[in-house]
Amino acid sequence: APPGILNRYLLLMAQEHLEFRLPEIKSLLSLFGGQFISSQETYGKSPFWILSIPSEDIARNLMKRTVCAKSIFELWGHGKCPEELYSSLKNYPVEKMVPFLHSDSTYKIKIHTFNKTLTQEEKVKRIDALEFLPFEGKVNLKKPQHVFSILEDYGLDPNHIPENPHNIYFGRWIADGQRELIESYSVKKRHFIGNTSMDAGLSFIMANHGKVKKNDIVFDPFVGTGGLLIASAHFGAYVYGTDIDYNTVHGLGKASRKNQKWRGPDENIRANLRQYGLEKYYLDVLVSDASKPSWRKGTYFDAIITDPPYGIRESTRRTGSQKEIPKGIEKCPESHVPVSLSYHLSDMFFDLLNFSAETLVLGGRLVYWLPVYTPEYTEEMVPWHPCLKLISNCEQKLSSHTSRRLITMEKVKEFENRDQYSHLLSDHFLLYQGHNSFREKYFSGVTKRIAKEEKSSQE
Amino acid sequence: MRLLTHNLLSSHVRGVGPRGFPLRLQATEVRINPVEFNPDFIVRMIPKVEWAALLEAADHLHLIQVPKEPIQGYEHNEEFLRKMHHVLLEVEVLEGTLQCPESGRVFPISRGIPNMLLSDEETET
Repeated sequence: APPGILNRYLLLMAQEHLEFRLPEIKSLLSLFGGQFISSQETYGKSPFWILSIPSEDIARNLMKRTVCAKSIFELWGHGKCPEELYSSLKNYPVEKMVPFLHSDSTYKIKIHTFNKTLTQEEKVKRIDALEFLPFEGKVNLKKPQHVFSILEDYGLDPNHIPENPHNIYFGRWIADGQRELIESYSVKKRHFIGNTSMDAGLSFIMANHGKVKKNDIVFDPFVGTGGLLIASAHFGAYVYGTDIDYNTVHGLGKASRKNQKWRGPDENIRANLRQYGLEKYYLDVLVSDASKPSWRKGTYFDAIITDPPYGIRESTRRTGSQKEIPKGIEKCPESHVPVSLSYHLSDMFFDLLNFSAETLVLGGRLVYWLPVYTPEYTEEMVPWHPCLKLISNCEQKLSSHTSRRLITMEKVKEFENRDQYSHLLSDHFLLYQGHNSFREKYFSGVTKRIAKEEKSSQE
Repeated sequence: MRLLTHNLLSSHVRGVGPRGFPLRLQATEVRINPVEFNPDFIVRMIPKVEWAALLEAADHLHLIQVPKEPIQGYEHNEEFLRKMHHVLLEVEVLEGTLQCPESGRVFPISRGIPNMLLSDEETET
């Protein structure tokens, strides 16, 4: 749409996972046919974002998906001080206000402040100051048809709260986001979990970065207990998963929960989806080695969303040889294929990108976590593929020296021939190979303790 | 394992290449598990299906009423889409095997889950 007919909206963002917010909103807008256009330059830390989008429908669709934004408002006015806000409101076209203010409607006005608390008296004063707006409806605090909000921004520093707000906004509330999913899908309440189950909020963020939509097929090649599949299924996608660990895929063996020794009969990926009423989206899970995929040629995955093991709480494994390593192998019941501990991280990411480039539909996305040792990290280290374009790269700190980065890539070019890419890629992956020592570096630090604890609890 | 999955899997035993598809399906226990019909999803799957492989698998399971090919205007043909929905999603192999048509390697299916693990000697490097 030409910029002339874009409306302005105010997004109220949650102050959590800050780096992940902009890619989430951008991905969702592109999914719903809106483009991310904004006059604001930075989205770093503020909870207030002004968006220009062509329709309220897009705004509503956005809010049905976002876990990073709390609410969206149709922005009627904005200023650095009350006078500026009032003159901005006086410039807002009356014909756009009237449908929400006419005499047989009901309404209420709410006040939202960030980094300051107002007294009841101060709140009433602010509402009274708006009497110049043509409100003709009746106030109804319990069940109003329309809700309006005054939002005041007192900056980000809790130690220096200014007397007056930096910014004041007034708008009509349209919808809330999906923050409540973080609670309702909490790992604490889930039947089947592993040692590394993804926090619910991040699972939904990953599905949103992946632009997962209804009737997609989403695949997790390191599925574990299937937490990431739950988020995609919640958004209406059908899901596949594979894992090298026979016991995990079958829901057998030792429990990850405290005070529970063995997994119960209902602890498996399918039962997890059933717990949330999502079993109809379960396609299948397989016992399979991500380094040796058994999928036929073709493009059938709309998104590949995964948390590859990087050997801290779950070991990084690939299947080994019958001759190799008699020690330290895990017994794999019924198949008798030894599982070795020697899958190098850079090989794993090389395989993951190549596989994604081959099996994703054009426009499909790969979303995965890349562990990095922060003192040595540079952007050039991020694995790369000629068929995949980097969309976003967001850091989550794990410790003072380590973090993991959520990498989102989009398939922009048809995959031609596997051999053609292997030499192209090898040089680039060498950079990350230096990071292969990540495990050792990581273990040398804080997590030595965790490893020790885990070991002693197993004994 | 559903027949949609069977249709997407291939043997990855060393050296078999594209001749690893389709895997030969044998079942000792099959369950018909009702799944909510979603025509939009089935419409999306039709162009991805390898038809000959699907028919062969359905034949091994002695399924009847399997459409022989995608028919004209299937997007709006509910009867056709329901049949495809049933074949692709509602028929589940609980116990059985998948066999590589080239090397003869057998992959077991137990409790509905195929085990596709191979040792290093069996795969391409």
